[in-house]
Amino acid sequence: MRLFGMSGVHVPHRKNTAGSAPVRMPPPATVLIPLSMGIGAPSTPTVQPGEKVLVGQKIAEAGGFVGAPIFSSVSGTFKKTESYRDVFGRTVTALLIESDGEMTPDPALAPVSVTTAKELADAARACGLVGLGGAGFPTSVKLAADPAKVEYILLNGAECEPYITSDTRTMIDRTEELVAGMKLLRDLYSAAVVVGIERNKPEAIKKIKEAIAGEAGLSVKVLPGSYPQGGEKVLIFNCTGRIVGEGKLPLDVGCVVLNVTTTVELMKYLKTGMPLVERCLTVDGSAVKEPKNVIVPIGTRMQDVFDFCGGFQSEPGKILYGGPMMGIAVPDAGFPVMKTTNAIVALNLRDAILPDPTPCIRCGKCANTCPLHLTPFAIGDAVQKKDADQLAKLHVTLCMECGCCSFICPAHRPLVQQNKLGKAILKAATPPKGGK
Amino acid sequence: MTVNEQLSVSSSPHILTQNNTRRVMLDVLIALLPAVIASVIFYGWRALVLTVVCVLGCNLFELGFTKLTRRPTSIFDLSASVTGVLLSQNLSATFPIWMAVVGCFFAIVIVKQLFGGIGKNFANPAIAARIMLFLCFATEMNSFAVLKDGKLVSEATPFTLSLTGAEPLTYREMFLGFHAGAIGETCSLALLIGLVYLLVRRVISWHIPVSFVGTVALLSLVCGADPLEQVLSGGLLIGAIFMATDYVTSPASPLGKLIFGVGCGAITVLIRLAGHTEGVSYAILMMNLLCPYIDKLTIRRPIGAPKPPKPEKKGKEETAK
Repeated sequence: MRLFGMSGVHVPHRKNTAGSAPVRMPPPATVLIPLSMGIGAPSTPTVQPGEKVLVGQKIAEAGGFVGAPIFSSVSGTFKKTESYRDVFGRTVTALLIESDGEMTPDPALAPVSVTTAKELADAARACGLVGLGGAGFPTSVKLAADPAKVEYILLNGAECEPYITSDTRTMIDRTEELVAGMKLLRDLYSAAVVVGIERNKPEAIKKIKEAIAGEAGLSVKVLPGSYPQGGEKVLIFNCTGRIVGEGKLPLDVGCVVLNVTTTVELMKYLKTGMPLVERCLTVDGSAVKEPKNVIVPIGTRMQDVFDFCGGFQSEPGKILYGGPMMGIAVPDAGFPVMKTTNAIVALNLRDAILPDPTPCIRCGKCANTCPLHLTPFAIGDAVQKKDADQLAKLHVTLCMECGCCSFICPAHRPLVQQNKLGKAILKAATPPKGGK
Repeated sequence: MTVNEQLSVSSSPHILTQNNTRRVMLDVLIALLPAVIASVIFYGWRALVLTVVCVLGCNLFELGFTKLTRRPTSIFDLSASVTGVLLSQNLSATFPIWMAVVGCFFAIVIVKQLFGGIGKNFANPAIAARIMLFLCFATEMNSFAVLKDGKLVSEATPFTLSLTGAEPLTYREMFLGFHAGAIGETCSLALLIGLVYLLVRRVISWHIPVSFVGTVALLSLVCGADPLEQVLSGGLLIGAIFMATDYVTSPASPLGKLIFGVGCGAITVLIRLAGHTEGVSYAILMMNLLCPYIDKLTIRRPIGAPKPPKPEKKGKEETAK
């Protein structure tokens, strides 16, 4: 094993909502469901404007293999499609559905039974499940792995971002479903199933440990209390000691990583036939009046969720999809909650403004805290020179953009942002595969 | 979808450390405080005057240069103040004020600002200025004094004493520092308190001070010199704790720091035992110059990166073709 483990930074935890069981929010007047929520081709709508829809009814077909079908999250009327520029700068189409307030479920929904790994992957695909931890990688693609290659299935319950407690609540409140999922995964893939949980969640650790006592092949791995334990590569390293190489996938080292909430939602679908139409998310941040965990229909606008949490106690200066380390800032509170939205965080004007960068003093803290031992200050120099060869030598493509380097920098330099630029420069300079 | 002008949009992360360059420099100043206090106790008000003059001088040159070149003023990051204090601690209590100001000019304008200011200097400004002053004003830099009955009296340093074969000072005297020498370097106790503070505040890591001092002790032992006397005399501790650990001019990786410290220690012993003169500042300056190369050679291979191919193997493949 390496001389030094994967380090990281100690970010403020701010898990204010860890003790608050999620509250189900009443359906909003309208929901706006984007046809593209994460990677993969946009889905194709299957309903006409004016058509009545029910909760759980399919309203768009998957656009490709790496894509997911979309279901209505409320009962009501499909009004029209609306286009807007999303946080990645893409123009996306979204379906505007007016809720009738009844939340009538689609009567056609029925439990699904699976007996093989392939059937489980198909079920995940049918219910449009994507990674609910934030990245949104289609779950079916991960589950389609050849069971012979899978040695470990790691369930990610690290939840290392500040503020966010939605996975914690899932682990505490839906332990039975989670453990049922662990058993199913163990049996279908004949793999060891490990839940990785950061040590700052003693209640979740205790509850799951009790529930799996005596079960073969199921275990809980208590992770250190530092960020980014939830990073896929870091989780795999800490749970199995294995290292995912540059350009490799977890499956190359015999691992499949799923978020704990994803697992629970998959079990819910098998049990009830209800696809992913609502999710638990943490609403917090210095501008939020009553931070809490809320269960909301997918497509609910952020503003409606904030209103449900008592509105703002001070003017928000920044609103994020996700936590403050890797979350994405939105330009407007009208953006909808997506499948991948595990938290919405509103920071007040004071917290929204970050200090200006000052010259690098070469303290080396960025390199010494990088979990993957990259050297951000050197990458920054190479980015300024647009030196693709040097960027390749520094292995910038390994960067998982966790933000430790930017967080720790005493000169407040935009280091992870430079790494992202570095990846783009390297990609532009590398001839595409299969070219001449 | 509208765009709310009130909301700022930026790339993650959205929270940053409370630490900043000024706080780092402030910590260094706090760590230097025991040494400054000791210097005033041992060498009187003249030591305080030197310190104040050097801090003011460095800040004035920094301010003047940035104004002249129309760049943002950088005195508030306190790095010029650190240079000022460090430089003053390297001087003798009787050192002429105007020469100290020349040292400040050299440190800030020539070594630091002409190369691009903070973060860009190739050598530690205080070290470079100390060496410059040694070369220009050898007599003044080499006449050390100590406070006796309220007056500064010229005296030989323990280092020169040992060269002349005179009765050496006891370890206790050397550790507490009540003897002739540069005002900030004699009190080992005060410097060690500073080291503990810097380590606790995580401003520096142990690698450079330990490898530097360790190498000096070990090589002295091998060469037949008294290791403890070598460690406690001259500018070794202030150099190893405060000057060699300067972020800008020392390697970033732990391995690089160890190489740097061992290099500093080896050159110091070489100069001290073969050249019969104090070698700490020259050793640090030389290693400063090697720092970019050490940095380049000690960049850690990222976890998950493939092992670099062996050069010979590549050559064989090419000849095979």
